[in-house]
Amino acid sequence: MKTICFYFQVHQPFRLRRYRFFDIGARHNYFDDYANRTIMRKVADKCYLPTNQLFLDLIKEYGCKFKISYSISGTAIDQFEIYAPDVLDSFKRLAETGCVEFLAETYSHSLSSLKSREEFENQVALHGAKIKQHFNQTPTVFRNTELIYSDKIGEMVSEMGYKAILCEGAKHILGWKSPNYVYTNAINPKLKLLLKNFKLSDDIAFRFSNRAWDEWPLTTEKYVNWLNSIDSKEEIINLFMDYETFGEHQWEETGIFEFMRHLPRRVFSNSDFEFLTPSEAAEKHQPIAPMHVQHPISWADEERDLTAWLGNDLQDDAFDKLYAIREKIKLVNDENLIRDWKYLQTSDHFYYMCTKWFSDGDVHKYFNPYDTPYDAFINFMNILSDFMLRIDEEITRNDLKTLLPIEIKKMIIEYEQKIAELKNITESKTINKKIKPKAIKKKVLAKSTEKSKMVKIEKSGKTKSVKSKIADKNKQKKSINHKNLK
Amino acid sequence: MRILMFGWEFPPHITGGLGTACYGLVKGLAKNGVEVSFVVPKAYGDEDYNVARILSASDIEVNRDSLLIEDFWKRITMMEIGSNLIPYVSPEEFTKIVSQNLHDKTDIQHSIFRTHYQFSGKYGKDLMEEVSRYAVIASILASKNNFDIVHAHDWLTYPAGIAAKSVSGKPLVIHVHATEFDRSGENINQNVFDIERKGMMTADRVICVSNYTRNIVIHRYGINESKVFTVHNAVEFDKDFNQHEWHKSVPEKVVTFLGRVTFQKGPDYFVEAANRVLSKYKNVRFVMAGSGDMLNRMVRRVAELRISEKFHFTGFLKGDDVNRMFMQSDLYVMPSVSEPFGISPLEAMRANVPVIISKQSGVAEVLKHAIKVDFWDIDAMADAIHGIIHYDALSRFFRRMGQEEVLHLKWENAALQVKEIYNSFNA
Repeated sequence: MKTICFYFQVHQPFRLRRYRFFDIGARHNYFDDYANRTIMRKVADKCYLPTNQLFLDLIKEYGCKFKISYSISGTAIDQFEIYAPDVLDSFKRLAETGCVEFLAETYSHSLSSLKSREEFENQVALHGAKIKQHFNQTPTVFRNTELIYSDKIGEMVSEMGYKAILCEGAKHILGWKSPNYVYTNAINPKLKLLLKNFKLSDDIAFRFSNRAWDEWPLTTEKYVNWLNSIDSKEEIINLFMDYETFGEHQWEETGIFEFMRHLPRRVFSNSDFEFLTPSEAAEKHQPIAPMHVQHPISWADEERDLTAWLGNDLQDDAFDKLYAIREKIKLVNDENLIRDWKYLQTSDHFYYMCTKWFSDGDVHKYFNPYDTPYDAFINFMNILSDFMLRIDEEITRNDLKTLLPIEIKKMIIEYEQKIAELKNITESKTINKKIKPKAIKKKVLAKSTEKSKMVKIEKSGKTKSVKSKIADKNKQKKSINHKNLK
Repeated sequence: MRILMFGWEFPPHITGGLGTACYGLVKGLAKNGVEVSFVVPKAYGDEDYNVARILSASDIEVNRDSLLIEDFWKRITMMEIGSNLIPYVSPEEFTKIVSQNLHDKTDIQHSIFRTHYQFSGKYGKDLMEEVSRYAVIASILASKNNFDIVHAHDWLTYPAGIAAKSVSGKPLVIHVHATEFDRSGENINQNVFDIERKGMMTADRVICVSNYTRNIVIHRYGINESKVFTVHNAVEFDKDFNQHEWHKSVPEKVVTFLGRVTFQKGPDYFVEAANRVLSKYKNVRFVMAGSGDMLNRMVRRVAELRISEKFHFTGFLKGDDVNRMFMQSDLYVMPSVSEPFGISPLEAMRANVPVIISKQSGVAEVLKHAIKVDFWDIDAMADAIHGIIHYDALSRFFRRMGQEEVLHLKWENAALQVKEIYNSFNA
């Protein structure tokens, strides 16, 4: 039997409020509560609630013959908790059916996989804990932010214990190959790759209501025919899309809900397909080949690359500046700072800075709170500047500066220099012994030994304190990790 | 002595420095016993409110010297003209701004005028029509009112001045606050240049706001230097200037650029100088306050230089926010490529902020206690910025002396010079 694997991305960023230069150092609330609440409520009413209900109905009707999967970002869950507990409840009910799988991702839907493994792992762990808390599942399949994937990311994810990962079936990567098989990571073949069939996914997600499309209107009959028309050897169709497709990108009036309501029946009666979750699909199907992805791909835009988030100067500068403070963040315990750090990493902030207006402008403008990428950049940098000030304050307040890796390195270099100096003194002493006349020699000897004694005492005292500080730091690091895991 | 004066804006309804300058000059003239009828075109139809605001602003000042103010208001008659003139807007922009209702206006007036002046109408026809309608009304005013001298401020009112002169036969004084070369560099709008030149040629006296501008008028417009005079602008400060106390909220020194982000203000040199300073000295932030057609390019450049966590943009600032920006600032930089006068450094100095100004500005001629650099000399600019923010004694000195210096630049004195020019017609 062939497989249909449905996966939906559920994500909401914490949008930033208009934050001006004058606010730097004066105000520290960065998030636009009003916009976040109204958008969440709007999407909840148009999409999350009715679509969840639809899937609940379908599962009630067909039992676990019908299966779907979600990855819900941590920021979206946080927003459910604050603004839409009813949505959270309905996702919980879906989880209770046992026919719904929740995937792992980074907590804040971030781009950390491209920057820092440590941060990445930390965020994935946080997200996993959140999923466990609400849905009582421990994810085994990974879905990186916007399906960003490369060999290196795959290797990292596999080492973190995940058995499969979702990716884009990008044409420029696949070439003549078909996305309708399971592949493996090129470095670690243990990690299986489920590739999005972008043609069949986008038929629903993007083209469904497009009247200029020659296949409009899309019926379940037509769609199942397309499913049936794939090569007889091909095994799996991965339909990955934004959850907002239902009711938000495609309005209810387009018939998208009716389409989805009738699709399973049509699949069961007229095809050889079954519905599986990603982990089941990865289990069931044998991978046919490794897939090489040297440079990161994503599911965004025509290019299927990272240029929606990174690449122009605005994005790169903001991104580098944000992650430059990571070492400092590790020393900080303040809850508010750690929360802001998480929310600032959300990829959407960089998406808003994208200057590729022309081909994908429509999608980029969707829910974009800024008039121009420049506005987005200025606002983000103002906030980041304030955040950096707060971090520095926190570090000086708790006297943590000496624990920064740079400071420790500096100290090491300093002491190495001192040691070298001392060595010079002792060496010059031996030279003096040979050349200088006796009287002077005695004097010098007395002086230098005195000096070196003093310095030695000083040195040993300081090195000790450095060691103890490093030990403290390690302790603290552990406690941070521990806390975050909680 | 009665003056018929043409301007195009009057505080508080202003978009640039011109309205402020006119206000200061008119007020100074009043103090010197000159009676002024100030004509402003109606901009958006909220001018009634505008007038009310002027009155209420003067109410505040009554306590200080009510006698003078009363005299002042007796001598000034505000007249309004139904017109859509928008100052500091190029003809191209103007066509975008002004809506359809412009075409509802009577055609008779402009057709009379057009046959007289024959504008090509190629560039921003609508703005030129406004200018001509203003001139037609000016001629009507000139025929109905009694006055001794016509005085017109900047190119949009020159045709009005010329019309008033030709109707009344009274001498015309033209006041050059900026030339087309300041606004557009070498890519001048020929229509605007022609109007300016015609105004200057027709005028009996040309007043320039600086020697820098006087040179342009003489050499670029070919005006006989014997009738071109320099009267430097002054600066008038509200009494309640320090009413609001904003505290600096960032620990670093703040260096500010405040003005339109356009080529003639030299924002790009500011960014490059900032980069040089930041490469050596970390305890500083740079702020670019204002907007304009070069803003996006500046944002990109700042990101490209990777200095964006220390270089901020505020967008266009108005009202209190300008003072608030000065309160946050430790240094003000005006790197203008071409600046006929430049009043904002004076405002900065008044707010206790030391200034660096470009040598290519009129204000450089009157200020002693400011560092002057060539706008293109990024190294000198960076060096001066570093010097002032790093050496406290230097900035203290500039603050103290600057405040004093700027308080001595009074409109009363400038107005006296203008009055002397008026008087020269009797001699």
